[in-house]
Amino acid sequence: MAFVDECEMAVVGGGLVGAALAWGLARSGIQTMVLDGEDLDLRASRANFALVWVQGKGLGAPHYALWSKASAERWPELAAALAGDTGIDVSLSQRGAFSFALSRCELDAWRIELETIAEQTRGAAAPYEVLGADETRERVPGLGRDVVGSIYSPTDGHVNSLRLFRALHVGMKARGVNYRAHHGVKNIEPIKDGFRLIGSWGEVHARRIVLAAGLDNERLAPMVGLSAPLKRSKGQILVTEKCAPFFDYASTTIRQADEGGVMIGDSEETHSSAIATNQDISAVLAHRAIRVFPALADVNVVRSWTGFRVKTMDGLPIYEQSATHPAAFIAVCHSGVTLAANHALVVAPQIAAGRLAAELSPFHSWRFHAPQNS
Amino acid sequence: MLLRIRDAVDKVTFTFDGAAVQAARGDTLAAALLAAGIDTFRISIVGREPRAPYCLMGVCFECLVTIDDIQNRQSCLVEVQEGMVVTSQNGARTIGRDDGL
Repeated sequence: MAFVDECEMAVVGGGLVGAALAWGLARSGIQTMVLDGEDLDLRASRANFALVWVQGKGLGAPHYALWSKASAERWPELAAALAGDTGIDVSLSQRGAFSFALSRCELDAWRIELETIAEQTRGAAAPYEVLGADETRERVPGLGRDVVGSIYSPTDGHVNSLRLFRALHVGMKARGVNYRAHHGVKNIEPIKDGFRLIGSWGEVHARRIVLAAGLDNERLAPMVGLSAPLKRSKGQILVTEKCAPFFDYASTTIRQADEGGVMIGDSEETHSSAIATNQDISAVLAHRAIRVFPALADVNVVRSWTGFRVKTMDGLPIYEQSATHPAAFIAVCHSGVTLAANHALVVAPQIAAGRLAAELSPFHSWRFHAPQNS
Repeated sequence: MLLRIRDAVDKVTFTFDGAAVQAARGDTLAAALLAAGIDTFRISIVGREPRAPYCLMGVCFECLVTIDDIQNRQSCLVEVQEGMVVTSQNGARTIGRDDGL
């Protein structure tokens, strides 16, 4: 009989979601293996904008507003636990963040959305302030005249997401997780007492599995009675040379990383599968950033990149335990940075215990399968 | 220490961190500074270490200096000019301090 690797828990995917879950599972005492794909797979974990963001999330979905807020509040605990395991400082900064409005109409639309979220959560959503042009300028020096106002939320912030990615991987190793690169999973077959995970590299038997494979979740989920319908969402980012600190907060589209580079985002294309950046979009991103901070016009852009968001049809995460194969779980989400604290500190212990809590039931994929009444 | 193959005939003078430097017309600024024995062009941003040109062909961004008040210029891609005011690039560039930010 051929030798086959066995493990208690296999996490499929070693990006921010998979790594946060695997690290959390290992902290819960579960013997965990991570099967990761190829370096050149589409990896949102390397392309993201690194915000720990709550503001404006959860319109029509109060559970998501509160889930995001809870994760932002748990982030200091995650950063401290990662530093404890690895010595790596992920540069968490939660000084609050602005959405800068370049038109009255934009500001009004955001204000109405935030009021609606506040109502739908009965006031439990993250706090915010709507600021006029003068109030905004008082708090943030260097703004351009086109900024007509802003939304400020003290809950928001950002992190060094590449260092977060590294810390999770170092943490996994420190906790004894068996991490395997170049182990893309082609097929999953349910067997007695678990699953066969099959790739060109061979196969692994796991008693339980978690799918955290980003865009590939859509293909893998149905193999174990789960579902993850995704839509295409391509984002593009510009990065400048490193600069002395000029902006202490974060914003939806501009943030200064801890080491000085200014990141400018974030576009969305829904009909492109090209991995190349689009110069027209770069121009729009740069132009908007200069209207917010005119002095950015003198700064050199040294990089730009694109990535594909892991976005479900309604933009909300999917957390689900398979009805037909209860030892299979799935975690799919766009906000792998913001939600990393929840994934490591809340979802992983639940998966370790074998059952997702009731608070996660609104994130089940059955919301996409309701009968269509037309 | 680098030595010139032949003496400069057509000379230009510029300053680096306030000191006068002579160069041959047509030199790149990086070559002119190296020929003058200058081996620290900038202080690195994150590690605060001294840096000098490395690739001399516009790729590595190690040779950054401030030229006539414009920060972070690649001295290996700039031809030296009479009267240029060049200063070493000390850490990260600033954003907009002089134009109202």
